[in-house]
Amino acid sequence: MSIKISNLSHTYSKGTTFEKKALDDINITIERGEFIGLIGHTGSGKSTLIQHLNVLLRPDTGSIIIDGEDIHADKGRLKAIRSKVGLVFQYPEHQLFEMTVFKDVAFGPANMGIAEDETRQRVEDALAIVGIPPELHEKSPFELSGGQKRRVAIAGVLAMKPEILVLDEPTAGLDPRGRDEILGRIKEMHEKLKLTVILVSHSMEDIARLVDRIFVINHGKIALFGPPAEIFAQTQQLETIGLSSTQAAYVAKHLQEKGFKLPDGIYTVDGAVTEILKVVRG
Amino acid sequence: MLKITIGQYYHANSFIHRLDARMKLLCTIIFITVLFFVGNFLGYALAAVYLAIVIMASKVPPKYLFRGLRAILFIIVFTTFLNVFFTQGEDILFAIGPVQITLQGLLNAARMATRLVMLIVGSSILTLTTTPIQLTDAIEFSLKPFKKIGVPAHEIAMMMTIALRFIPTLIEEMDKIMKAQMARGADFDTGGLIKKAKSLVPLLVPLFISSFRRADDLALAMEARCYRGDVGRTRMKQMKLAMRDYKALAVMTIFVALIFALEYLARIWGIW
Repeated sequence: MSIKISNLSHTYSKGTTFEKKALDDINITIERGEFIGLIGHTGSGKSTLIQHLNVLLRPDTGSIIIDGEDIHADKGRLKAIRSKVGLVFQYPEHQLFEMTVFKDVAFGPANMGIAEDETRQRVEDALAIVGIPPELHEKSPFELSGGQKRRVAIAGVLAMKPEILVLDEPTAGLDPRGRDEILGRIKEMHEKLKLTVILVSHSMEDIARLVDRIFVINHGKIALFGPPAEIFAQTQQLETIGLSSTQAAYVAKHLQEKGFKLPDGIYTVDGAVTEILKVVRG
Repeated sequence: MLKITIGQYYHANSFIHRLDARMKLLCTIIFITVLFFVGNFLGYALAAVYLAIVIMASKVPPKYLFRGLRAILFIIVFTTFLNVFFTQGEDILFAIGPVQITLQGLLNAARMATRLVMLIVGSSILTLTTTPIQLTDAIEFSLKPFKKIGVPAHEIAMMMTIALRFIPTLIEEMDKIMKAQMARGADFDTGGLIKKAKSLVPLLVPLFISSFRRADDLALAMEARCYRGDVGRTRMKQMKLAMRDYKALAVMTIFVALIFALEYLARIWGIW
């Protein structure tokens, strides 16, 4: 039970002057229940990759097998696959359109042909997960604050009960509190509902705090992959790609250079605090 | 993704690209007008050759040009159909019941189709080789004489600039929203007319909202940079006619003269 991406390539606008190879022979295996971080600079192919995961784009070559099924094989299974793989786009609040919060969240389940009772239940559950109180359910989504809008939009995808949740920079443009709230909810869902989560983010700190494994994508290829401790230790490689390591990793590295006997593999603030205290207190 | 050639600039460095936008606009208008005077096939052949030379000189790939035709394919087919079946004429080729297909009908249909294709291709060359900004500057310039009778030339030009500028942005935005709704199981392709129209609501509402937001932002950004309309406004790029523009005009004039000469001869010789 996993996602297996093999030899995936995709080229935009083939045969025109705008031709651009966005993905070049991508090979990834993701196990069920993993929390994956996907990082790469703007235009590296992250968005193209995740759009393949729920068949919004079709590969030129290669395949994606989810739970033993080639998701691009059968057009009749499109809806089933799209409810299995929930994709939350960047700035998802821009897709809100209904008269009320409730109706907007119900859009997905309704499209899947789910009965009214069940839809109601799912919508209420999804809104509860993202922390939208019931008194807001009948309000217009356009009256809400930015953070609330985004949570409603995420609920719109959750209401489809995906087994794999893909989020494209879910915290872009939010204040620190909104960001922490959303990431906290995502972590909670990952643990409680055993969701497989793929998080695309530019914030190394967020990635470091949350994920089990990281894929670094550069010019449409997987440049690095491994657990955060391994990835964030490779400061130089990350910087050549136009990314960076976490601030905690930089602090630890500088301290090491100044002669402090810190262990390698520090990349989170909490980890750094523990290790530095150990050294300081002897 | 939607592919719209009209209003899309194709960047290249060619003689046609370097021409003054006003001259290109003038030549395009002349070309289109002349097309309506051509009645014989020699004239069409000449116009086609002329167009082919201009296309080659513009360095725009022909494939790119003709892609724009796809959008109006229906209109071309429809007019051809109308002309073939509903033109009255003496030389009946064959008839099925009340429907007659005449030689005149076929000729008319061929003429109309050629004219339409050349019309679109001709005007596409203008938009493909001229940046929207240059084009609207040219339009503003040509509307200037009408300012005295209250035509808001500058405002019209500015509106066109903004509209053209936002076509690609809106297409991109639409693509994004469409994908986001498809990820939630929206279906834009199947179903009857009413179902299809209904399925557009989740697309159009967000698109309108984002357009208003963009309009707001743009107005603010323009005001912040002291935009106050036409009065006292100078240009970063002054439009100046160069030698090449006069050359282009000369070529155009020769073409027009040839077309009318051919037309005259065709009448005397009795060519279709």
